[in-house]
Amino acid sequence: MKIREILNLLGGKVLCEGVSLDRDVYSACASDMMSDVLAFVKDQAVLITGLCNPQVIRTAEMMDMVCVVFVRGKVPDQTMIDLAQEKGITLIASPHRMFAACGLLYSAGLRAEG
Amino acid sequence: MEQCVHLEFEVAGNNFAQAGSASDQVKSTLKKLGIDPQDIRRVAIAMYEGEINMVIHANGGRAYVDIFVDKICIKLIDQGKGIENIELAMTPGYSTAPDDVRALGFGAGMGLPNMKKYTDVFNIESEVGKGTKVEMEIHFR
Repeated sequence: MKIREILNLLGGKVLCEGVSLDRDVYSACASDMMSDVLAFVKDQAVLITGLCNPQVIRTAEMMDMVCVVFVRGKVPDQTMIDLAQEKGITLIASPHRMFAACGLLYSAGLRAEG
Repeated sequence: MEQCVHLEFEVAGNNFAQAGSASDQVKSTLKKLGIDPQDIRRVAIAMYEGEINMVIHANGGRAYVDIFVDKICIKLIDQGKGIENIELAMTPGYSTAPDDVRALGFGAGMGLPNMKKYTDVFNIESEVGKGTKVEMEIHFR
């Protein structure tokens, strides 16, 4: 699915477009623990998280992820947005909670493994 | 063996916003050198976990990075409080990180196990009250 579809499915708002909204992504992972993302993630392109600090962007960057979705209405500050832009990561903020966000994306075909 | 690049970084303690910038620079350097993305990711994860550890537990430290044509050697040295029981610290899920660190998304007890998992050589020495030295090698595949 395209990042644009994630945006629409989650009623989200684009905070920065580090990569194009037309970029295709196939897999995602969801966690508030960055240590677990680093431990268990393989080739997922999207990170869904309720955590909101610069290490979320760093973690996504280390894992070559191209899109971070902040759930529960979390909005990153400008420093995080600038870092994401620089690293080529698109940021989306969604009002949904984690469970609902994951369910919506899964139902639409996004999977845990690419 | 042909050495390509030597890098050194001062990792500032308790500066959570900056944590990861050294790993980021190493990652960019490897990318420029045309190293395989899978190898780069292993390096990035191992070094990032180590960097975070120094920030969280040791009030910072220094990172020494040597990149060769076929491998990368990373040395992380701090003068922090040291690790009492390394075997215990290596157990997945074991963590001494305080709640404020967990609130930041770390302290899941996966740092050292991750570093070992993603590296080809992993050595750790630590003395309580003196500090910790981690040596890692990742061989490019």
